[in-house]
Amino acid sequence: MQLLVFVAATLMVIAGAIGVVVLNQAVHAALGLVLTLFGVAVHFVAMEAHFLAVVQVIVYAGAIVVLIMFVIMLLGIDRTEDLRVEPLPIQRPLAGILGVAIVALLVAAIFAARDSGPLQTGVGLDVEVREPAGAAATVTPDANVKQLSRNLFGDQVFAFELTGVLLVVAVAGTVVMTRRERKPSLRSPATQAASDRSPAGASSLAPEDAT
Amino acid sequence: MSFALTVPAPTETWYLVLGAVLFGIGSVGVLVRRNPLVLLMCVELMLNAVTLSFVALSRSVGSIDGQTAVFFILVVAAAEAVVGLGIIVAILRRRPGVTADDLTELRG
Repeated sequence: MQLLVFVAATLMVIAGAIGVVVLNQAVHAALGLVLTLFGVAVHFVAMEAHFLAVVQVIVYAGAIVVLIMFVIMLLGIDRTEDLRVEPLPIQRPLAGILGVAIVALLVAAIFAARDSGPLQTGVGLDVEVREPAGAAATVTPDANVKQLSRNLFGDQVFAFELTGVLLVVAVAGTVVMTRRERKPSLRSPATQAASDRSPAGASSLAPEDAT
Repeated sequence: MSFALTVPAPTETWYLVLGAVLFGIGSVGVLVRRNPLVLLMCVELMLNAVTLSFVALSRSVGSIDGQTAVFFILVVAAAEAVVGLGIIVAILRRRPGVTADDLTELRG
């Protein structure tokens, strides 16, 4: 049964990943990404990381991919990228060799570490929860969430707060970066002249001189 | 039931190898593709490969720290997607239909 789940989820992951790389249209690539993310979530469930599986679906498939789709449709850049035309002839084979080399290196490192490492294998995380003093260790359905929350809000609470700062900085930076300037007084004369030539609504979409 | 006992259960090594393969596919995509959005998706693939390895090792070692690391990776990936898509939107507003080849410098 575990093997069946592993094989099915692995097929999802690999098929989606290959789809992201080889599909022409950006929308199709995004759908391939969704397939991969769901496969990884299935793997998380199989490895008893239930909370991360839920967060994976909500954050990745629910937020990041939707954001990517939104940008694709908003900007209308879902034009086909012709993959048969290759500007640099040597790039494809070089990239293939490099990818195979990376995989081979990682697999070799994994097997070398497995054969020599002192890792104890087969220890599931659901087996026990460190209860407050006195209480017996019990196996509960929410053991994973309890453990994760103790670790996150206990040992790692400083890093947790820092991620809040990171998110605020990212959102504020993106808003500043993509905002259209409305006040003419703050503009440089060149961009003001450029926007005066075209209607206000279309100015942002008008192709400007590349140089 | 004797059939079920002979089937091997997936070990951590399997998950690590799968993570390595996923990372390789993502890196090939980053090297080959030209569309900036697809490049971003390939980076997400590589991040997912790393999270898969983190969870597998967390289970193997028997420590929850790996899953906490995955949580942080998720947050950083979200921030990265927001900033990356913001940059792409800002660029494509000025020059529609660009590929990564046309963006050899960060001037507008």
